[in-house]
Amino acid sequence: MGDILRVENLRTYFKVRGGVVKAVDDVSFTVGDGEVLGLVGESGSGKSMTCRSILRLVPPPGEILSGRIYYQDQDIMTWPENHLVDYRGAQVSMVLQEPMTALNAVHTVGKQIVETILQHESVSQKDAEQRAIDLMRLVGIPAPERRLKEYPHQFSGGMRQRVMIAIALACRPKVLLADEPTTALDVTIQDQIIRLVKDLQEEMGMSVVWVTHDLGVVAQLCDRVAVMYAGRILELCDVIELFENSRHPYTRGLMESVPSGNTRAASKLIPIPGQPPDLLNLEEGCPFRERCRYTVERCQEKDIPLVKVSDKHYSACIRQKELWES
Amino acid sequence: MTVATLDKQKVAVQPNNWSKLQRFWARNPALILGIFLVSLVVVIAFMAPSLAPKDPISHDYSARLSPPSSEHLMGTDKFGRDIFSRVLIGTRVDLSIGVISVIFPFIFGILIGMISGYFGGLLDNLLMRVVDINVAFPFYVLVIVILAILGPGVINMYIALILVGWIAYAKIIRGEVLIAKNTEYVLAAQALGYSHWRIMIKHILPNVISPAIIFAMSDVVMCILAGSSLGFLGLGVQAPTPEWGVMIADGREFITSAPWLAIFPGLAIAVVGISFSLLGDGLSSLLRPTDN
Repeated sequence: MGDILRVENLRTYFKVRGGVVKAVDDVSFTVGDGEVLGLVGESGSGKSMTCRSILRLVPPPGEILSGRIYYQDQDIMTWPENHLVDYRGAQVSMVLQEPMTALNAVHTVGKQIVETILQHESVSQKDAEQRAIDLMRLVGIPAPERRLKEYPHQFSGGMRQRVMIAIALACRPKVLLADEPTTALDVTIQDQIIRLVKDLQEEMGMSVVWVTHDLGVVAQLCDRVAVMYAGRILELCDVIELFENSRHPYTRGLMESVPSGNTRAASKLIPIPGQPPDLLNLEEGCPFRERCRYTVERCQEKDIPLVKVSDKHYSACIRQKELWES
Repeated sequence: MTVATLDKQKVAVQPNNWSKLQRFWARNPALILGIFLVSLVVVIAFMAPSLAPKDPISHDYSARLSPPSSEHLMGTDKFGRDIFSRVLIGTRVDLSIGVISVIFPFIFGILIGMISGYFGGLLDNLLMRVVDINVAFPFYVLVIVILAILGPGVINMYIALILVGWIAYAKIIRGEVLIAKNTEYVLAAQALGYSHWRIMIKHILPNVISPAIIFAMSDVVMCILAGSSLGFLGLGVQAPTPEWGVMIADGREFITSAPWLAIFPGLAIAVVGISFSLLGDGLSSLLRPTDN
C-alpha cells in the first residue's frame, strides 16, 4: 500500500498583532491508499488548518511557512496557483463542517453539483446532469430528479451534508478531507453520514482524512489516528493501538473524559484540568505539560519530537517509555 | 363529468391568482406602486413625441406666458412654447440622464468593488485610496470641477456623473464581498477548484448585489436631480432642449407672475423621484433575506 498523501514538517503560522500563532507546528503524517486517517483534537488544535494547508487554502494572515506536501509523490508546494485548480476538487476535495452555510443559497443544488463536474471535466451539460442525479442517489437522497431543482434551504441539515458529499465526490477524488462533517448534525444523522462515507470510501477506494473531536467516531471509522494538540501531533498510531495501548498522557486523558456505554454512576468521568495553552507566542517544550499529571522539568526544555514506540506507533511524550513500558 | 370538473378548476384558478396579487399588495404595496409608476414614466418617455400636443421648441409669440388653459394644459413660457409638451419631452431627456448615469457607474463600481474586496492586498489599498480622494469632496463640488475642466455639455455631464458615481457602488460591493469571501460557501467553492472569476461572478455576486440594486434606484433619482441642477446652472443640458432643470431655471424670473413655468417641471421631478424611491423601497424589502 503506497502513500497517496505525505505531509512533512508542515508549519502554518498566523502573523497577527502581538506575535505569531502557530496553528500548525511541525506536523508530519502520511495517508495511505484507501486508508481512513482520523485527525483528533479539541477546538483550535490545528486540525482544520492542517486540512486547509493540504489544499493550500490558508486564509490570510495565515501562511504556510515551511514544509512539504506530497500528493502522489509530487510536491504541491512547488505548484503554481493555476495548477492547483485542477488539484482541488478533482484530486483532493473537502467536506466542510457547516452544511447550512457551505452551499450557496442562490443556486439550485443540482446546479452546484453540475458546476463542479463541468469545472473539472469536459462533458456535456446533459451528461453532467445525469451524473448529478446518480451522485445524489449514491449519497442516499430520495427522488433526486426532483430534488435536483431545489434550493439548499429546502433541504434538511443531514440532506445538505449528503449534497456536500455528493459535490465533493463528483469528480472521483483520490482523497477526501472531511472537516468535522458530522459535528453540526444530530446523532442519528451523524451515524448515517459516517456509514455513508465508510461505504463510499470502500466502494471507490479513496483515502479519507476525517477531522473530528469525537473519539467514538474515530473508533467506528478510522484505520489510523493522529492526535493533535496546540498545533502539533502528540500521538500517531493504529486505531486499535490507540485505544488499547496509548502512549501519551493527553490521549489517555481524552479517553478518560469520554462517557462510555458501560460507565456506571459510581465511576466518574475524569476531566483534563486546566485550559489549552494560548497559541500566541507558545513557548518551547511539550504544549501539554501544564495540564499533565506526569510533568517533569525536562518537559519544558525543548520541543519534543514524535518518537517511534513500535512499528507504526509514534508518541511525543518524553516519559512514555518509563511510564508505560512495563 | 370531466368537463364539469375542468370548468370548476378554471373558475377556481382565477380568484386564486387575484388573491395572490392582493396578498402581495398587502405585503409590499411600495413595490407594486413603484413598478406601476416607473413603467408609466417609461411609457411616457417612449411615447412623448406622439403624446405632445405642440412642438416643444417652436416659438409662438402670440401666446407668451399664458396661464394653464384648455389650449395649453400647463401654460406657456416667455417664448410661447407649450409647457405640457416640454415636460413630456423632458421625461425622455431626464430619464435617460437618470438611467445612463446609473448603469455605467453600477457596472464599473461593482467590478472594481468585487476585485478590490476579493483579492485585497496592494490593489485593494490603491483602489480604496482613489475612493477616499473622491469621497473627500462633496458630490456637486467634484462634478462641477470636472465639468469646469471638460467644459459644459451633455456628454461631459455624463462623463462627470459616471466618474463620480461609481464610487458608491464600489464601496457597497467591496464591503459585502469582504464579508462574503470568508463564508463557508466560498471556501467550499475554492476547495472544489473553482477559478477566482467563477467564484466572484457566479457565487459571490448574486449574494452581494441586492444592496447595490436598491441603491441604484435612489441613485436614479439623485442623478436626475443632479442633471436638472447642472442644467439649471447651465453646465449640463443646454437650452432649448426641454430639460426639467433648465425649464425651472428659465421660469425663475417669472416665479411670481407666471409660477406655472417652474411648478410643472418641478412636479415632474418630484413624481419621477417618488416613483423610483418607491421601487427601491419595495425592492429592498423584497430582497431582504428574512422576507423570502
